[in-house]
Amino acid sequence: MAKITLDNLAHAYYPNPKSEDDFALKELNHDWADGEAYALLGSSGCGKSTLLNIISGLLHPSQGRILFDDHDVTHATTADRNIAQVFQFPVVYDTMTVRDNLAFPLKNRGADPSYIKQRVQQIGQMIGMEAMLDKRARGLTADAKQKISLGRGMVREDVNALLFDEPLTVIDPHMKWELRTQLKSLHHEFGHTMIYVTHDQTEALTFADKVVVMYDGRVVQIGTPQELFERPEHTFVGYFIGSPGMNVIPAEVSGNLANVHGASLTLPRGYASLTGKVEIGVRPEFVMLTAGEGLPVTVRRVEDVGRHKIVRAALFGNDINVVAGEGQEISPDMTRISFDPAHVNVYVDDWLTQGEAA
Amino acid sequence: MEKTVNQKAWFLILPVLLLVAFSAVIPLMTVVNYSVQDTFGKNEFFWVGLEWFEEMLGSDRMWDALGRQIMFSAIILTIQIPLGIFVALNMPKSGFWSSFCLVMMSLPLLIPWNVVGTIWQIFGRVDIGLLGYTLDALGISYNYTQNSFAAWATIIVMDVWHWTSLVALLAFAGLKSIPDAYYQAAKIDQASRWAIFRYIELPKMMGVLMIAILLRFMDSFMIYTEPFVVTGGGPGNSTTLLSIDLVKMALGQFDLGPAAAFSIMYYLVILLISWVFYTVMSNLDNKGA
Repeated sequence: MAKITLDNLAHAYYPNPKSEDDFALKELNHDWADGEAYALLGSSGCGKSTLLNIISGLLHPSQGRILFDDHDVTHATTADRNIAQVFQFPVVYDTMTVRDNLAFPLKNRGADPSYIKQRVQQIGQMIGMEAMLDKRARGLTADAKQKISLGRGMVREDVNALLFDEPLTVIDPHMKWELRTQLKSLHHEFGHTMIYVTHDQTEALTFADKVVVMYDGRVVQIGTPQELFERPEHTFVGYFIGSPGMNVIPAEVSGNLANVHGASLTLPRGYASLTGKVEIGVRPEFVMLTAGEGLPVTVRRVEDVGRHKIVRAALFGNDINVVAGEGQEISPDMTRISFDPAHVNVYVDDWLTQGEAA
Repeated sequence: MEKTVNQKAWFLILPVLLLVAFSAVIPLMTVVNYSVQDTFGKNEFFWVGLEWFEEMLGSDRMWDALGRQIMFSAIILTIQIPLGIFVALNMPKSGFWSSFCLVMMSLPLLIPWNVVGTIWQIFGRVDIGLLGYTLDALGISYNYTQNSFAAWATIIVMDVWHWTSLVALLAFAGLKSIPDAYYQAAKIDQASRWAIFRYIELPKMMGVLMIAILLRFMDSFMIYTEPFVVTGGGPGNSTTLLSIDLVKMALGQFDLGPAAAFSIMYYLVILLISWVFYTVMSNLDNKGA
């Protein structure tokens, strides 16, 4: 168990990177607090796995340092870092039994045989494979194999961190939920630092204390699920988290007034003159469809998803989504929308801009 | 819909039937025919039943050749399989040098067999051959025409030179198919180099290695051209392997009956050993699955 510090870290897969675009992972400074569970969330190819492999030592960064509890481990081998990592696709040692598979990391570290026996039994129970411990791993199904991989990741108690690289992709939905719960309880029990890579927001939000959102090789926001929802620091976070994602509307902002295609609305804060690409972001949950005052929209269709309704509409030609309560009546004369002013965020060049209280 | 009946379609397979008949069935049946008949010339044959088979089974000559043959194949396999795996493990996995190695290693496989024989026959000569001359100059007694150990060493080294590449190429293909995640997981699990080989690489190579072993066994068991060109089966009979002996019997002495019986048994032995081998290997493969 350790605090992991990334200091000026960056990685490029090609030698001699010149511009920022050459980096798969852009310069990054971050502390992963000891004993916390993080989810690393982002779309495919945004650098999540690269970051994970750098932490575990499978990949050496082009620049910067990695510290475990303030020890520089940038050039340490994977073995020296004592890290457990589970990969997206199951890796099992085909010729070994399930038991030997689980015992393998312990044996390699020269653990005591009686301890190995007891620990393997315990892990076997945790992953629900107690009955299959003496079967050979070869003939098992993909999700059984992945459970073995997970078990092998969890078998060592003294690891500095547990890294998961989209480990539940091949597992069926019911088992997914169960294993995620197991991982959480394991985290509570042993307090390992855990980093869980995923592109599934539900998975990220249910697993982690803190969610790290990555976009295009950069960490764009680190926060609790609630922070990500209420104050996305980057339009990507707004778009990626939430279903549907945040509405981003081009606007002109001066003082505490926003001007959207000639219609104006009042913002909770005041802004100095903004230059660049200015947009306002409002989550669909904070948009109300009304028959009264507001911005004019054309409703295209209404989707009833059970818990609520999603209204797909157009605002001056731009798509806009509104979440309406399941019980709310939607009538044809509702052609205007209003925003909950407390939840309107202003973005300049995709980044959140803090205003001053008006 | 009415099904069209057109028996003329049978004519379409006629070319294949003819081809197989002339290339395999008729020659094989000719051999079977010879093996159960005798002749006193004038193209007159009479039935002798299994007499030739009995004679061959009782002859030391065939048993000696079989013993030498088994020894040859056993030595070849024990050297070439581990060596091929070793080479494959140490080859560059990608980039220019990987392609370079692949091309270099394919070269011996492309050389016609009797050319290989000729190369080594000259290479080993004490008077003009680089190898023979060097060994001789170093004071090592080496003469494959007089010393049977030297003769054996020569044909074994020649076969290793000629065919290890095949094993290496197959093993390399097997290694290349292992996803990176396996090596990464092994690093995380702190597996030793030996454990990586034993639990990841070897199991993943098993399929191709099985093919490599089978091919090398069958080929080495039927080898004729190369040792014939180098030693002609000598000195004495020390390198007279089965097929060399067979050709001597059939074409040298023109003993068609015994030679035919011999070749049928030869064929059955290869078939039997390959079958046993394949069955054992696939059972090992499936055990516990």
